[in-house]
Amino acid sequence: MGKSIIDKIWEKHVVHREEGKPDLMYIDLHLVHEVTSPQAFSGLRMKSRKVRRPDKTFATVDHNVPTDNRKVINDPVALNQMTTLEKNCLEFGIPLAGLDSPEQGIVHVIGPELGLTQPGMTIVCGDSHTSTHGAFGSIAFGIGTSEVEHVLATQTLWQSKPKTLKLEINGELKKGVTAKDVILYIIAKNGIGFGTGHIIEYCGDTIAKMSMEERMTICNMSIEGGAKAGLVSPDEKTFEYLQGRKYAPKGDGFANAVGNWRELVSDHDAQYDKTIQIDAADIAPMVSWGTNPSMTSKVNEQIPKLEECKNDLEQKSLSRALEYMGLQEGQKIEDIQIQHVFIGSCTNSRLEDLKLAAEVIRGKKVHPNVRALVVPGSQQVKKQAEADGLDLIFKQAGFEWRESGCSMCLSMNNDIVPNGEHCASTSNRNFEGRQGSGARTHLVSPLMAAAAAIYGHFVDVGALLSAETVH
Amino acid sequence: MSGFKTLQGKAAAMDRANVDTDQIIPKQFLKRIEKTGFGKYLFYDWRYTKEGLPNPAFELNKMENQGASILIANENFGCGSSREHAPWALGDYGFKVIIAPSFADIFHQNCLKNGLLPITLPAETVEYLLERAQKPPYDLKVDLQNGIVEDEYNFSASFTINEYWKKMLINGWDEIEITLQLESSILSFEEKRFAVQ
Repeated sequence: MGKSIIDKIWEKHVVHREEGKPDLMYIDLHLVHEVTSPQAFSGLRMKSRKVRRPDKTFATVDHNVPTDNRKVINDPVALNQMTTLEKNCLEFGIPLAGLDSPEQGIVHVIGPELGLTQPGMTIVCGDSHTSTHGAFGSIAFGIGTSEVEHVLATQTLWQSKPKTLKLEINGELKKGVTAKDVILYIIAKNGIGFGTGHIIEYCGDTIAKMSMEERMTICNMSIEGGAKAGLVSPDEKTFEYLQGRKYAPKGDGFANAVGNWRELVSDHDAQYDKTIQIDAADIAPMVSWGTNPSMTSKVNEQIPKLEECKNDLEQKSLSRALEYMGLQEGQKIEDIQIQHVFIGSCTNSRLEDLKLAAEVIRGKKVHPNVRALVVPGSQQVKKQAEADGLDLIFKQAGFEWRESGCSMCLSMNNDIVPNGEHCASTSNRNFEGRQGSGARTHLVSPLMAAAAAIYGHFVDVGALLSAETVH
Repeated sequence: MSGFKTLQGKAAAMDRANVDTDQIIPKQFLKRIEKTGFGKYLFYDWRYTKEGLPNPAFELNKMENQGASILIANENFGCGSSREHAPWALGDYGFKVIIAPSFADIFHQNCLKNGLLPITLPAETVEYLLERAQKPPYDLKVDLQNGIVEDEYNFSASFTINEYWKKMLINGWDEIEITLQLESSILSFEEKRFAVQ
């Protein structure tokens, strides 16, 4: 019987196995940020423990950082959290891409960008979107602060092996359909808990055709389907992306690494606990209308009706969500009016995302009722986008062009959506209050967000792009 | 972490599916660098009105739910963000046990690390408990050693929990200390893994 990449990576990382216990797993890369780490460092200090492998740990500040003026941090509590991380990194010898570093950015953007993220690794971070790094063929998952402390102290974690889920997507994507729409469609179709207890392997020709950045978008939202992690077997695109990156192996070391990485690919007869098949042709540009990522429909559809619910619990959830969102059952998605547009987050803030949005925006103006901002995922993304002139396209259209950080994805800094207003957001969570108390989030792709910025409501960007091609 | 063997306490019902960690503890309270004192922010946006007053419609604000130590919840409880502030807030508020038909993975793990016992029971059983806890006073008795939840009205259900985590909870062990005893295994693993190829 063949093995999947999940089985292969798992087996290579078992430090200690004992009947009746989870496996003690070795962790190759530990990414750290300011919000979920301070209590872990305090814990180490209390017991006079050291960080076992500072060389396998890398930190940055992203959740709290201001994206307008980085020189002035008005929130003393946020500032304290950032300076605490600086102090901790200094004391324990951990490399830090701080606020003034050209390598600073959202932890899940900079890991791959710096070549820290590599195939075959186990990667953890005190952040649920760590699944992003799975795009490189690694087992990457979010952990809590106690586990952050455990990894800092021991470079290991006690983990029971999750089940495996093969998610195969085949076929051609329609015009205007992006990786973001693919993952939103998967969650809408299978539910917010379909992946619970599983690691997903995304495969099929649609995934094979995707760029590394598109695969990162897909893997990023694995957690929104409840999965422990999501990954893609590495291929030529993976190797090409990594070659020459700062922390990727160099010279002969790189060739050797590629040789090892090729062996990770799932065997053709690998067994999985569960399999899901998706037809790419069925996917359209998607828009979330509710208060969790599975409450999502195609842009040309309507919000479901209460009578269509399968059971009482679902009906209660729908009715609560509609009340919070200020929407009606059966309402057309395209009729939802938008007051804010946010292009950013670890899901969609990379160069390709910004390019997609810029193509829709070029030569147009943001609707007068809309406030729109672009928050590049990292300083490197920002610099490259500026070199390509993307910042000018956004600014001329009326977008705000910001510094890198998590920003309005969770609004821990002052990028907030006001109570009752609607935001077309390229982020990953539409939970109540996520973008601000009473804020109404709609998860969309960068293309859809850009189109909403211009029109002030949702439009089918597929139809829009087709029409533009004809003219 | 102190050990956990049995608990008898008041149960409060929260009949909502997919309660996410953003609701359990909203982001504006994640900026603190301590583990303690999060209880007053638990379910903040549901618990308080815009004016900052207790919202009378919110389950946990009801008089009969005051002092509850067992939370009966619905499916996929604790989904979303990995913030351990969620179990810190639940624990600080006074909860020691959460019963639901299913939990999100990271939240489940975070509970175990903080002496908060997550009990998974079949959906029909939880439905009974949700219904029953909405007619207070309703107490439950939880016996972790034997894996039993029971009330005073002949209800009894058994639950399972991984033996390893059970032992950790019962004894309140320091997990890092246990792992550090395997130092030689970690070292020899590293020697093999990072040997020049």
